[in-house]
This record gives sequence, structure tokens and C-alpha cells, in this order.
Amino acid sequence: MIKEWFAGTPRLWVRAPVPIVFCPGCQHASALKILCELVDEMGIEGDTILMAGVGCSTMSAMLVDFDAGITAHGRPCDAASAVKRILGEKTVMVTWQGDGDAFAIGTEPTLHAAARGEKITTIMVNNGNYGTTGGQLAPTTIMGQVTTTSPEGRAEPQGYPIAVAELLANLRGVAYSARGALTSAANYQRTKRYMKTALQKQIDGVGYSFLEILSTCPPNWGLSPLDSIKWIEEKMIPEFPLGEFKNVDRIA
Amino acid sequence: MGERILVQGNEAIGRGALAADCRAFFGYPITPQNEVIEWFAREFPKHGRVFLQSASETGSINMLTGGAMTGVRAMTSTSSPGWALMQEGLSNLTTAELPCVIVEVQRGWNTTRHSQTTYKSATTGGGFGDYRTIVLAPDSVQELHDLLQLAFYLADKYRNPVVMLSDAILGQMMEILELKTLDFGPLPEKDWALKGKAAHKDGKKRFTPIAYGMIPTQRHPTLISFLESYKNKIKEMEKEVRYATDQLEDAELILVAFGYVARVCQEAMLRSRAKGFKVGMIRPITLWPFPTQIIKEKAATEADFLVVEDNLGQMVDDVRVAVEGRAQPHLLSCLARHLPGEEGAIYPEAVVEKIENLLKERGK
Repeated sequence: MIKEWFAGTPRLWVRAPVPIVFCPGCQHASALKILCELVDEMGIEGDTILMAGVGCSTMSAMLVDFDAGITAHGRPCDAASAVKRILGEKTVMVTWQGDGDAFAIGTEPTLHAAARGEKITTIMVNNGNYGTTGGQLAPTTIMGQVTTTSPEGRAEPQGYPIAVAELLANLRGVAYSARGALTSAANYQRTKRYMKTALQKQIDGVGYSFLEILSTCPPNWGLSPLDSIKWIEEKMIPEFPLGEFKNVDRIA
Repeated sequence: MGERILVQGNEAIGRGALAADCRAFFGYPITPQNEVIEWFAREFPKHGRVFLQSASETGSINMLTGGAMTGVRAMTSTSSPGWALMQEGLSNLTTAELPCVIVEVQRGWNTTRHSQTTYKSATTGGGFGDYRTIVLAPDSVQELHDLLQLAFYLADKYRNPVVMLSDAILGQMMEILELKTLDFGPLPEKDWALKGKAAHKDGKKRFTPIAYGMIPTQRHPTLISFLESYKNKIKEMEKEVRYATDQLEDAELILVAFGYVARVCQEAMLRSRAKGFKVGMIRPITLWPFPTQIIKEKAATEADFLVVEDNLGQMVDDVRVAVEGRAQPHLLSCLARHLPGEEGAIYPEAVVEKIENLLKERGK
């Protein structure tokens, strides 16, 4: 299925059903490729439904070749909770979101879906700013980071970034919470392992599962793709460490 | 005849939802519709249906969006401040062409009591889009139950959300309800619904974006093709006009009212008739589409109109448009309530007095 589109970059634009609007050097598509690989490998194509919100993440709903919906900005977890409860445990429900979608405007639905222990999986692609709208301050913008709405760099007036994976790990309804990056082949494989675990937690009916993926945003960061990867390693990972923050087989 | 029970208006909504085979309810507590969500919380799980309490009315409407995407019948209910919060979601439901039902148990201003202040936002599309929704206005416990079933039918027929406008008084009052399942005829299959590819006959992906037009799809390749199709949908929905009339034949003054105020006007009309005043009544059951034609026809008979509504004057604008300058639409608004506090309501006495003054004036 998706492999036809994503197996090699020349085929990316040839086979996609809509224009690809991911910018050169953006890792959003790589993150989505992991999901598509896993859907194939786990044999869940027929039961998987993706729910996207608004932002660069919206593209995901158009690109995947399984059922997908697009909700209001920030609201995939609301819609996904409803879909899962109506269709039942056989359905694998994935919300695909950016950091602004999941944890600025979407704080309420994401937090409450996690607290309710909804059997859904949220993938939050964190690029530290609002990509689609031109690089404004996000809840995940790190201290000192220049954005179009923190032109002097994030400081005390804007407050402090939210470490979403750690925060959600504190909630009882959460079965799994982790953060990965795509800065190296090793990190790519590790992130894929995290995502597989997250999906498996849902399939096993344990509870809510969450994966944050650090991702580049070269045009808005004003960096080349390679420098963007270096920036993640040097600046973002110290603020947002990689790893699993919660991994349980039973909600207690 | 179906089973007859004594029941509160807010509960009749739940009974109607069961009869309509509604499968999912999403809601958030707000006075005066708390009995609605409490009924669903109590009864829906017993019937193997989904009840989910949201974290806000914004949450309710977006859960409803997800629920509607699966193709099952789903609904929410709220009261006016919550209704305001739902407007973005309602706009999205129309552009996503998702059928569902929203019940608005109106309260007034920042009080927790009754009003009819949602008329404009419900009938003109209160959100950000260029959309319309059919708005049903029951005036009894029985109609809350029956029109809710009609609401689901119309939603499915047009792939568009339908709004039912109740109010605090209808919601709280108790009347005899005859339980019955209404059959409105066949409906198209929901082949577009999200269920997972394995469940689709053709094995192909289904896609339900909230932004048809922005994203090219098979159904709507361009924005203009979406807008043309939506315009046609509005035209079709405009044919769903429903209204009730009473004693119009010789009427010199015609009352126009909906919801609880229609019950008040019914009483006022009978009292005035008993005194020999020639009063009739038109009660819009659909607030959108508005029963323009009947009002236009009656305006040609030189009857005058008295619009009675528990707000500062909203429906009166639609009556003004309908009469096309042929008659004078008068207004009796919330300012005629019997008490100045939030507990005040429009009583028959105020309507009778206005009727008599207008007809005496007319006789001169």
C-alpha cells in the first residue's frame, strides 16, 4: 500500500493522491512512513483509522491508504475517542498531530483522552513551532529559540516549554508514553520500536498510548536540513530527552 | 397506540433518541439540560450504546464529529453558553457533510432560566461557515420526542447536522408522552463512513475531512464544486418547511410564536377569541427553513401579525421579510415578561392585552 508512495523519494510525488506540502528536509513524512511500515508489518491496515487535526500533520490523513478523518484544530483525541468507543476494540485508532495541535489548542482533548485511558494512540510530531502558519511560538518552543512571535528568543515573558511525554506519563490512564527522534538510523529504529509498542498497548486494550517524535522544520528554523538535525541533537534533545517514560501492561 | 408515560421534556429527548436508534451521545453538564445527559448516562449503557462525558462543549461537538464519521446516529445536547462554544464544531460538521443532531435547551443571557435567544444563531448559521442547518422547534413533550426522530431522519437525508431548539420550560415541564417509533421512509446507505478498510465492500479507503473543498476529493474536487453542491443542498433543505396553523380563516391578527411561547400564545388566542377578537396563529415547527409562504399569503389578506418571542426580537425579522411590506409585524418581546427578574416569563395576560390593544387600534 503506502510503500508504493514512500519506498523511495522519486515515487513520493509520483504516486501520492494529493500534492505533498511537506517542506524539503521536514521529517514529518519520515515519521509517517514509520506508521505506514508498522501498519503493514502488523497486518492492521484493514482496521486502522487515522485522525488528524490541523497543521502540517493534516497531510497525514490524505497520504495514508487506510481510513482517515480530519477534525478541527486540536480535536483528534475527541473524535478518536468517539470512533473507538463506537467501533469497538478491533479498531486501531491513531491520532496524528503536531505539538501545537496536541498540546496548545488541543490540550483539553489530549489530556482528557489520556486521563480516561482511551484505547487510542497519539503520535505527536514535535518541531518546536507552528510550521504551517510560518513558525510561531509553540508550547514546545525551547528557551532562547527565536520564532516569529518570540523574535528576541523565548524567555520569561513567554513562559516555559511543556515536556508532553513526561507530563502524560504521570496520568493513571496512560499505558505508554515515550519520546523518539529521527536524527540517526539508530534513533529511527528506536522510534519505530516505540511506535510499535504504543500501537501494541492499544491493541492489547491496556490504555492510552503516546509517542512524541522530535522533528525538523528547516524553513521556519532558518537552517539547512542537516543543520536542523544537528540542532535537534544539540538543543532539543537536552530539553526533551529521548526514552520511555511509562510502559505498563495493566492500568492500576 | 404506544405506551403512554408521564415524563419531563428533557427525558423525552432520550426516549426519542432510543426510538431513532441513536447509538452514541456526547455531553457536558450545563443547566437547564442536565437531565438530558443524566438520562443518557443512566440509560444508554444499558442498551449497549455509547455515552461519553466530554471536558467541555467544544469537546462534545468534536466527539460528535468523530461519532458521526462512523456513520452511526449520534447526538449531543447543551444549553446556550455551550451552544456558543459548539459553533466552530457545528460549522465543521456542515462542511464535512456529517449527519448528526444537536439539541439546544435554550437559557437566557447569563441566567440559568429559559429564553429564546438562540433563534438567530441557530437559523442563520452561527459559526464561521456559509451554511444552514434545519432547525426544529418543538412546543410539547410529545414533540420533543417526535421531532428528535425527525431530526435524525433529516440529518441522514441531507448529510447535514440538524438542530432541535428546546428551552428551559419545555425541558422541565411534565406531560403525557406516547412512546412510538416514527418511520419517515428509506435513506441512502452511508457508504462514506469510517469503519476501517476491511469493513468496506470495495476495500478502499474512506476519508472524512472537515474541509471539503480545501482538499481535493473524489466527491468534491474543488472548492467551487463543493460550494455548488452545498448550495443545491440548501435549496433541497428549504423544501422541508413545517408549521402548524390555528383559526386563520377569519383572523384579523395572526400570532407567530414557537417553543414554550407558542403554548402561551395558544392560551392567549383562546381567551381573546372568547371575547370575540378574531385572532389566529401560525407556529413555525421549522425555524429554518422558515414558513415564509404561509405568512406571505396571509399578509395579502390584510391580516396583521403579532410576533411573540422571549428575546429582544429575532424571529420578527423573518416575519418582516415574509410579509414583504404588505402588513405590519408587531412584536411582543421578553420586555413583556411578568417579572423583572430572571424568573419572569411571557404570560398569556400580556399577550391578550397586546392583542386587544392592537385590534382596537385597527378598528379605529
